[in-house]
Amino acid sequence: MATATKVAAAPAAPARPGRRRPLRWLPLAPATALLLLFLGGPIGYCVYIAFTDMQLTGAATTNFVGLDNFRRAFADDDFRNAVVLTLVFTFLSSLIGQNTLGLALATAMRRASKPIRTLTGSIVIAAWVVPEIVAGFLLYAFFRREGTLNAVLDWLHLPSQNWLYTLPILAVSFANVWRGTAFSMLVYSAALSEIPKEINEAAEVDGASGPRRFWHVTLPMIRRSIGTNLMLNTLQTLSVFGLIWAMTRGGPGNRSQTLPVFMYDQAFNKSLIGYGTAVALLLLLVGAVFSVVYLRLMREEL
Amino acid sequence: MSALPGRTLSRPTTSQPPSGPRTAGPPAAWSPTTWSPRTRRRLAADAALLVVAAAFVLPLAWLLLASLDGEATLRVSVPGSPTLDNFQSVWTDEITFTPMLNSLLLCGGATVLTVACAALAAYPLSRFRSRLVRPYLMTILFSTCLPITAIMVPVYGLFVQVDLVDTMYGTALFLAASQLPFAVWLMKNFMDGVPVILEEAAWTDGASWPQTLTRVILPLMGPGMTVVMIYSFIMMWGNFFVPFMLLLSPDQLPASVTIFTFFGNYGQVAYGQLAAFSILYSTPVILLYVLIARRMGGGFALGGAVKG
Repeated sequence: MATATKVAAAPAAPARPGRRRPLRWLPLAPATALLLLFLGGPIGYCVYIAFTDMQLTGAATTNFVGLDNFRRAFADDDFRNAVVLTLVFTFLSSLIGQNTLGLALATAMRRASKPIRTLTGSIVIAAWVVPEIVAGFLLYAFFRREGTLNAVLDWLHLPSQNWLYTLPILAVSFANVWRGTAFSMLVYSAALSEIPKEINEAAEVDGASGPRRFWHVTLPMIRRSIGTNLMLNTLQTLSVFGLIWAMTRGGPGNRSQTLPVFMYDQAFNKSLIGYGTAVALLLLLVGAVFSVVYLRLMREEL
Repeated sequence: MSALPGRTLSRPTTSQPPSGPRTAGPPAAWSPTTWSPRTRRRLAADAALLVVAAAFVLPLAWLLLASLDGEATLRVSVPGSPTLDNFQSVWTDEITFTPMLNSLLLCGGATVLTVACAALAAYPLSRFRSRLVRPYLMTILFSTCLPITAIMVPVYGLFVQVDLVDTMYGTALFLAASQLPFAVWLMKNFMDGVPVILEEAAWTDGASWPQTLTRVILPLMGPGMTVVMIYSFIMMWGNFFVPFMLLLSPDQLPASVTIFTFFGNYGQVAYGQLAAFSILYSTPVILLYVLIARRMGGGFALGGAVKG
């Protein structure tokens, strides 16, 4: 929050005579050019191809087809399947998993003893720092029929499962929780450490029990961090590709095929660049909506 | 994770030694045994954390143990006779060095570009006043949130059109652009923290803005720059989708993509070698993370910075 408030209070440029030249904005040029060419360009191009029937082979036959790609998407069972799976994946792993577990870890850490706090923190952060594709392989090994999870379940005398076959979407959701919880934990640790001690103590003197204090004091005080964290988690989860690709490649069948995987599959395995891009545009629009909400939240803070 | 009851939450001060007249423990446990429920709660928190830590450490343990096991399977098991054979067999030009070097060129080049552009852009954004600064920053912040994954198909199409596909510099340029919004945002915030007075002193001594930037501001925001640089590098090093889409020839692929060849080309999957390679590939970013975590005091600063 400290960094955000500085935007509003950005140091005023000292009124130096002769500094009113437009040239002083020149340092902005390289970054702006790079952004326009490599982010703005593709986004514009994305909007264009989404309305064509471009295919990977034979670029000469690209025609403008209007809204056909979108009509086709909404009538496509595979697309609807991907939307549902994306919602399930986002809900389970981002909203429920990363966010709740991150908050729980951050609060528990504030009262745990130091060695255990450090140990847990390091392990959770290590899972976050490991590159995405390595995380994918680790969790592939973990969830496989002959993998570690079933070994643990056998040891506990619980029924084992072929997780990647029976419940692939649950497996990749857990994988995303494993990988992404550290971020929430760090955000919430920072937020909780900014709550003045006196407030909790005052509530305690007034006789509020632990859960009540948590619900009525702590949560309202970190609500902005909660909003920010939820937005960022959701945006990050929406674009997860490598993790799912390494674990299941969207399979078996299409039972873990979220939108990014579906988009890739249509564009490259089925050579339908136009259709794949239309799906990409929808994903981009959802992302843009979340970004705008996020900006709203930030603006309140500014 | 229902193992964490709400009851164990929301007492931020427990881990510190009791001091002064602060109230301790709930009213019910008022009397002489004041620190006893506190200890109990600490133990509960410790136990909950240990459970989570155990769950999180299992996949990582597999990585370490399998890399030392000559006959590694997918199950965590302590190797009968630990060996470095796996590391030895991946320690070749083809498997390790070329991909790592590619990763380094790709991510190193892109990071340098990102940090240079971000530092330049942050200066006017932080120092000059204009009606356009706020919309510009809002656009930047907006684009940090866009799912880059979604535009990879059109980027591929565009790169085919302009002949940038399968080139290292094209991929590096795109990686740099994808990381740039966040780098500009962070850098601008760090630069705001440098007092203008020092700069004015430099101006009175007749320094131009490039001199002010390179001699006064950037040295003062060394830690901030390091964070931006290392953070960008970590993100790019771990990026799989971008090089996977934009690079085709095997001799140009970075480590994040060649890791798949352990499944494709070598027939029987050699899990031990896969684990060994994964460790080699992950080590640089873990070391770098430790470096900035130390530098920023405790590892929690990045979370604070990321949060905006």
